[in-house]
Amino acid sequence: MALAARARRFDLGAWGFVAPALLWTAAFFVAPFVVMAVVSLWERIGTDLVASWSFANYLKFFERGHFLEAMLNSLEVTVIVTVTSILLAYPFAWIIAEKVPPRLQRLALVLAILPFWTSYVVRSYSWLLVLANNGIINETLLGIGLIGEPLDLANSRTATVIGFVHFFVMLLTLTIYANLVQLSPNYRKAAADLGAGPLSTFWFVVLPLTLPGIMVGAFLTFVLCIGDYITPQVLGGNNELLMPQVIMLQIGRRADFPTASALAILLMIVVTIAYLGFARWIRLERA
Amino acid sequence: MRGTSWRTAASSVYAILVYGFIFLPVVVLVLFSFQDGRFPIPPFEGFSLRWYEAVLADSRLMEALANSIVVAVGSSLVTVLLGFLSAYGLARFALPAKGVQRALLTAPLTVSYLIIGMGLLITFNFIGFPKSLLAAGIGHVVINLPLCFAIIYSQMGDHQANIEKAARDLGASEWQVITLVTAPMLWPALFAAFFLSMTFSWDEFIISFLLTRFDVTLPVEIWSLLRSGLNPKTNAVGSLVFGISAVLVVVLELVVLRKGRR
Repeated sequence: MALAARARRFDLGAWGFVAPALLWTAAFFVAPFVVMAVVSLWERIGTDLVASWSFANYLKFFERGHFLEAMLNSLEVTVIVTVTSILLAYPFAWIIAEKVPPRLQRLALVLAILPFWTSYVVRSYSWLLVLANNGIINETLLGIGLIGEPLDLANSRTATVIGFVHFFVMLLTLTIYANLVQLSPNYRKAAADLGAGPLSTFWFVVLPLTLPGIMVGAFLTFVLCIGDYITPQVLGGNNELLMPQVIMLQIGRRADFPTASALAILLMIVVTIAYLGFARWIRLERA
Repeated sequence: MRGTSWRTAASSVYAILVYGFIFLPVVVLVLFSFQDGRFPIPPFEGFSLRWYEAVLADSRLMEALANSIVVAVGSSLVTVLLGFLSAYGLARFALPAKGVQRALLTAPLTVSYLIIGMGLLITFNFIGFPKSLLAAGIGHVVINLPLCFAIIYSQMGDHQANIEKAARDLGASEWQVITLVTAPMLWPALFAAFFLSMTFSWDEFIISFLLTRFDVTLPVEIWSLLRSGLNPKTNAVGSLVFGISAVLVVVLELVVLRKGRR
């Protein structure tokens, strides 16, 4: 507020600073979205796009079972991934923030997210090496005689979920850690002084105070997970398709931009609904 | 006391398990990039650098690598410039509808890359803009601008505004204030924004996949390599990419973040 009061008076030159970024976003983000919305009402006949102005592409989503199924698959996988990642990452971030000596915390954190920097495409592929029928896990389990037949780990929903969770545990560890270290130790001292045990201190003091960090991380996970094509395509096989795979099929194999656009917009609507649900925790604040 | 040590042990075990989970695929990737056989799977048949030689001798991969660097550096320069100017404008001037402008600038963050890439593909199709590295680079600026803007905007504090004011009082022009005062003060934020934007562009797949045709970036070339099945050559490329990224992370950690903590 203090800064807003001190900001200099409006003058036309100020637009010059903001205009390039605004124009770029308008031209290459908003305009394409409008084009997509328009095309979603068209129709592909032969190799031509025909302006038919109907909701046929949207109705297809509800009429054809496999579109609806893909959306449900996507939602299921995303929710499973988000919840699993939070449950795994929270204690991990807590251990780094509380149990690791402050001098080593940065190192611990850098290590915790180092594989984040492997190529995204390669990261999914490396899970294939781990999960394949003749991969590390199956060979190890066969070697020690725990199983007689290789487990069918790759090319399944489990593989997709593992690949996703791997990525998002790193992301969430980062956001939750950032929240935990900001927490003043006074709160916990006060809770302890007032007679709260470690468990109730955590449940009634620490957890609510770190909820914003969890929620921002959860939203990021949701958005990135539901819109991702690579991980399900590499790890999931073709037993069940997720929305991005179905959309890519419309573009790649069938060059059906109208249907792909309608599906993309439906996916965006789902993300928007999620955003509204998370909105109270997500703010862009200036330090 | 016994309770405490039990909890410390449990914490250690948990941390080791999670670290194990995080590093498992990377370790397997790197280990089998040295495989002296045709498959990157057990058993390990012996140590060899032949797959790294194969990667370095692969002109398509090397070309894609060069393309990736050009797109990453170019798009990041544009992104940081746009992000810096808009952050400066919004933080220092009284502009109408600031909230709307900020929302517009950060909006692409909530839309999946696939959809952004698809929108650009259809739009470029319409206006006859050919698929190219330039088209992919434009998309990379779109996806990285929200992040760069947010990072730089968050560092535009009050004390810097006062220093800028002092410079203006001493007769500096707007241009001099920006280049000689604001930008140097924000250098850690600018570098972090540039660096992050570069790593995201360097690693971005789906937009590049949709918007390039003949000249492709490294992730797209790796993608086509994947179609040949499990192959130690893919491991070797992946390990190289990981090695380069890890070095960059260490540089960022040592140069920028350490300075920022002064």
